[in-house]
Amino acid sequence: MSGVEVALTVNGEYVVRDVEARLLLVHLLRDVLGLTGTHWGCDTSNCGSCVVLMDDEPVKSCTVLAAMASGHDVRTVESLEVDGVLDPVQRGFIECHGLQCGFCTPGMLMSARALLDRNPDPTDHEIREAISGQICRCTGYASIVRAVRWAAEHRSAGQEALR
Amino acid sequence: MQVPAPIEYARATSLDHALGLLERLGGEARVIAGGHSLLPMMKLRLANPEYLVDLNDLHDELGYIRDEPGNGGGVVRIGALTRHRELLESDLLAALFPIFRDAESVIADPPVRNRGTLGGSLCQADPSEDLSSVCTVLGASCVVRGRSGRRVVTMEEFYRGPYETAVGPAEILTEIRIPVRPGGGSAYAKVHRRAGDWAVVAAGAAVWLTGPPEEPVIVDARSGLAAVGPNTTGIAEISATLTGRPPDEEAFALAAEIAARSCAPVTDARGSADYKRHLAAELTRRTLRTATERARLAAAADRPGASGDRG
Repeated sequence: MSGVEVALTVNGEYVVRDVEARLLLVHLLRDVLGLTGTHWGCDTSNCGSCVVLMDDEPVKSCTVLAAMASGHDVRTVESLEVDGVLDPVQRGFIECHGLQCGFCTPGMLMSARALLDRNPDPTDHEIREAISGQICRCTGYASIVRAVRWAAEHRSAGQEALR
Repeated sequence: MQVPAPIEYARATSLDHALGLLERLGGEARVIAGGHSLLPMMKLRLANPEYLVDLNDLHDELGYIRDEPGNGGGVVRIGALTRHRELLESDLLAALFPIFRDAESVIADPPVRNRGTLGGSLCQADPSEDLSSVCTVLGASCVVRGRSGRRVVTMEEFYRGPYETAVGPAEILTEIRIPVRPGGGSAYAKVHRRAGDWAVVAAGAAVWLTGPPEEPVIVDARSGLAAVGPNTTGIAEISATLTGRPPDEEAFALAAEIAARSCAPVTDARGSADYKRHLAAELTRRTLRTATERARLAAAADRPGASGDRG
């Protein structure tokens, strides 16, 4: 009745699925594709825990229909680590204690990645602005800002393996 | 879990295609652009369209900011599908109408600004929304397209009240036109409780000056408010009172007093009605002051839009 075929790239992989037209992108990622790294929080586009990149720009995946993402390139937190090598932003969150409970972290990491892709040497103000649509109830944000700074200063960090 | 009710979804491949779908599907169809007003309303069942017509593929056609210099100043045309981020980052808008960067820097947050559009904000016509007063004080007009043609309406005609606009069920807002008049400056100010939140109160102002720099006179001044009740996007009495006066603190105080009694704030979690009325006055005063300073600076720097010598 109200089905629609979506065809999009998720973390470099082309996926085609028949879904309900009302399905939200966050649920396509988590429930259909099993990519549960993207978190689903407030459902009202306030908290930002569902942030993923669509065509390299952060979007709140609870407020984008899966159908609207069809034809686009979506990146989630699962794309950051490659063959056991962490992305510098992941490394930065470890080095600077950028997380405590970790619920907001996938969205924070993706916004940080998008920021550094556009602006490799952001000021603290620019970092704060970039994550201003995302809520962290643990850190008070200061350590997140430091983590993103760390990533900016260690662009080739993370080359050492996870273990 | 909040999900929209079942819907049918179609993607418009051209403006004509979208208008054809709207005409065929009737009143149960809605267009969707950024979706950051409509999807939350659909999740809450405040909006229950049966069909969604997705306009996002028309960004090449309807997402633009064009400067068209002409005699007496010219016009800036902005496509309705231009996203908040594009409005925020536009150096052209920042130079000609700094009110846009003021407002956009405090509209929602970066991920939301990556999706939301100018046309969507105006068509939603939320009484707390910022761009309706921005466009009203700039004297903008709106191009509305239907199958039978297009019409151009002023912002005053476009905005009919909270959540109501002049756009018919089978029509689409396609463009916003802003006249560039010499001697102008503009500003926006918002008080909000936290980053990205709706305004407690916000105000926008635009001022046009004439005369020698040491003795300027207001040719036109416009003020508008957001989040303090219906029909405050432009306050005509302020324009009538300020025109012909020097742009001084006395004039701004008169405007502040008019703003305070022209709004109808309600007490809610964001503040008391008295506090909001105080903010309406103070933000009106501040934005008029900033707009005036900018008009003077622009004239001094002989910037386009201030000197009247464009085109």
